[in-house]
Amino acid sequence: MVDVPFDTVAGIPPAEVGEVDLYHPKSWWTRYVFSQDAKVIAIQYSITAMSIGMVALVLSWLMRLQLGFPGTFSFIDPNQYLQFITMHGMIMVIYLLTALFLGGFGNYLIPLMVGARDMVFPYVNMLSYWVYLLAVVVLVSTFFVPGGPPGAGWTLYPPQAILSGTPGQDWGIILMLASLILFIIGFTMGGLNYVVTVLQARTRGMTLMRLPLTVWGIFTATVMALLAFPALLVASVMLLLDRLLGTSFFMPTLVEMGQLTKYGGGSPILFQHLFWFFGHPEVYIVALPAFGIISDLISVHARKNIFGYRMMVWAIVAIGALSFVVWAHHMYVSGMHPYFGFFFATTTLIIAIPTAIKVYTWVLTLWRGDIHLTIPMLFALAFIVTFVNGGLTGLFLGNVVVDVPLSDTMFVVAHFHMVMGIAPIMAVFGGIYHWYPKITGRMLNEVLGRFHFWVSFLGAYAIFFPMHYLGLLGMPRRYHDIGETAFVPASAHDLNAFMSVAALIVGFAQLVFLFNLVWSLFKGKEAGGNPWGAASLEWQTPETPPGHGNWGKELPIVYRWAYDYSVPGAAGDFVPQNEPPAGLLAQGAGP
Amino acid sequence: MAVAIILLLVAIASVAFHLFSPWWWTPLASNWSYIDHTITLTFWITGAVFVAVVVFMAYCVLRFHHKEGRRAAYNPENKRLEWWLSVGTAIGVAAMLAPGLVVWHQFVTVPADATDVEVMGQQWQWSYRLPGKDGRLGTSDARLVSPDNPMGLNPDDPNGKDDIVVQNDDLHLPVGKPVKVLLRSIDVLHDFYVPEFRAKMDMIPGSVTYYWFTPTRTGTFEVLCAELCGAAHAQMRSKVIVEEDKEYHAWLEKQRTFAELSSPRSVAKVIYKTGSE
Repeated sequence: MVDVPFDTVAGIPPAEVGEVDLYHPKSWWTRYVFSQDAKVIAIQYSITAMSIGMVALVLSWLMRLQLGFPGTFSFIDPNQYLQFITMHGMIMVIYLLTALFLGGFGNYLIPLMVGARDMVFPYVNMLSYWVYLLAVVVLVSTFFVPGGPPGAGWTLYPPQAILSGTPGQDWGIILMLASLILFIIGFTMGGLNYVVTVLQARTRGMTLMRLPLTVWGIFTATVMALLAFPALLVASVMLLLDRLLGTSFFMPTLVEMGQLTKYGGGSPILFQHLFWFFGHPEVYIVALPAFGIISDLISVHARKNIFGYRMMVWAIVAIGALSFVVWAHHMYVSGMHPYFGFFFATTTLIIAIPTAIKVYTWVLTLWRGDIHLTIPMLFALAFIVTFVNGGLTGLFLGNVVVDVPLSDTMFVVAHFHMVMGIAPIMAVFGGIYHWYPKITGRMLNEVLGRFHFWVSFLGAYAIFFPMHYLGLLGMPRRYHDIGETAFVPASAHDLNAFMSVAALIVGFAQLVFLFNLVWSLFKGKEAGGNPWGAASLEWQTPETPPGHGNWGKELPIVYRWAYDYSVPGAAGDFVPQNEPPAGLLAQGAGP
Repeated sequence: MAVAIILLLVAIASVAFHLFSPWWWTPLASNWSYIDHTITLTFWITGAVFVAVVVFMAYCVLRFHHKEGRRAAYNPENKRLEWWLSVGTAIGVAAMLAPGLVVWHQFVTVPADATDVEVMGQQWQWSYRLPGKDGRLGTSDARLVSPDNPMGLNPDDPNGKDDIVVQNDDLHLPVGKPVKVLLRSIDVLHDFYVPEFRAKMDMIPGSVTYYWFTPTRTGTFEVLCAELCGAAHAQMRSKVIVEEDKEYHAWLEKQRTFAELSSPRSVAKVIYKTGSE
């Protein structure tokens, strides 16, 4: 009998390097606390991010109470209101969404989806989480220091961020900047891991063009974050030096409460450029993983291959690259040279084209599909509605002259909440409902899930869609109370009250979701290994939840892309990525 | 079925809200009707895309909803459709960008006959300065700010002597004359914002920024600060009063110049006045 080496079958390359033994936990502590298993780290990241996200959610309630019923709640003063908006924004953008998409989804899904046993540097990966936790602890500590958390808005613009007319300029701003610096250090350790794992640890047969789009989204977002966060890091360090040592990186000659300060020669605009050089890619750091997740959810639950996979990959990469040359569209009315407006409006509107392509491919994937209206699918549909809505209002704000009247109004608040608040959160929820069975072995409760979905989607839409029109009216953002203002009709106050009630209801629905997460852990329906009939690799693990090392004895071998659904001639309506081609099946292998 | 109907309702409700809700922009009071037109155009294009996408989704959900025995089609790519959609999108984007850039060019090109008006922001009030008979504003510096010279004007600059200083009061402007608003701050970022004029721009300590507009109707307009500037940001208010030439000049006559305000006699007079109240 001739011994045919398996590796020569179907063009699968032989393994180039032997496997390295993983560090296996020896005690409860190293298994569940100081774990080096990416899956445990993912759960740690997710729980921490969602916990701090709850703080931001409560802050949003307080803000909405103040805006909807100004003067009613004596425990909210103007200073606190500014502190609430600052902390809400900072937490949601960085400590919740960035950490959850990259640290949470990234850690859990990358090794499983590319067919690796773990991240390539498990120890550094563990360290990444603990530094992130430290950053969160420092952030939370700002609530308990004299003067409270910073109140300079989440953009922390100097000079006011470090001057005495702003709440939290004493301790709050120092700790905030320290926390950001820690976050970036922690993220860099995790981020390098994700990138190297995707590039180096894919299993045999898993070519780059066979990666699920979730991995493409997270991978591209991580590369972007590694390039963008350093700008925030230096801005934070410089601002910290201005505050603590009296340097003047961002501080021109100025007067503080009638007194001439010692500052002189710095540029406040420089901070804005650094901040937005990070801040704009950050929007896509949050959006690209969401794009990837939504692509996969739609494909699996519509039982149809994703339409235009290669176009999708190139759109993700193009968006990633372009997002580094659009940052100053946040600064059209900042007082930078007005001619920059021509350049940045053009680049900004160009980025709409690859983004639109993604939307088309999602809806064309639905077309002639076999649409199962599961909860993940519902969230995917809600993502498209909110993302398209928010993306289109981006065309207002990106088009420099249209931005002039709308900038710094509630229109901007409505826009970015729709496009990088609600839409990515819809992707997060969709992703959690989709992968929870793999993570825990149980399904989330269906009734609670549907309640959570409808209240969150319709409620959030009812908050943020009308908000655009308050901005159009001219209502500025970051006002704790618009007060008696000639051009604001009484009906606008009623609308504010309506949005506040909607916000409280949506917030309540999130408590139902948290309850569902815990309840289903013990009482949820048994899921089995692949309840959705998904083709991608993470659903083909020998155990559910996957054990340490993910794959048991043998690493899987990949023969096809992740989207072989409803292949003509195939027996079932999906073919797993690791199923060897045989007979008719071979024709099904996608590009 | 229910999901498709709700998606459809979201699209219909959004359009209905846009058309029938009472919240819309304030009546224009400047020459920037072009900005309003560009916004209207953008609403039409983006609104059409939004409705098209949501209705298409609703149709898909209705038509291709899972039923026993349904099987999805298998079509990985369609190069022609993908290109067609990309080109269509590019045309739509260009249709918004091109007029936008044309109007922006007007916005940043200040007409030669525009009169300078200086607006100074500080925590948390507005001050104004108009050029005197010489038509030129004197220089200023944050280092010169003092109780006697709250705007930090340069006392050695001859151009500044006849500058008209308006403090703790409203700004008056003549209708129909283009104005170049020079924006300055002595402490933090502010933003001189009058919704009816549509224009706005941040003011930055250490530099002078600007925009221009022509007031097109008379009336009193509220000034707000649009860039977060600290604890009393929301209370940083003032008024711009646009009036006919005659009334404007009557008001101008009553204003005082920098030289008058900074001479010892006038200081004494001010003290005497406040003391008697």
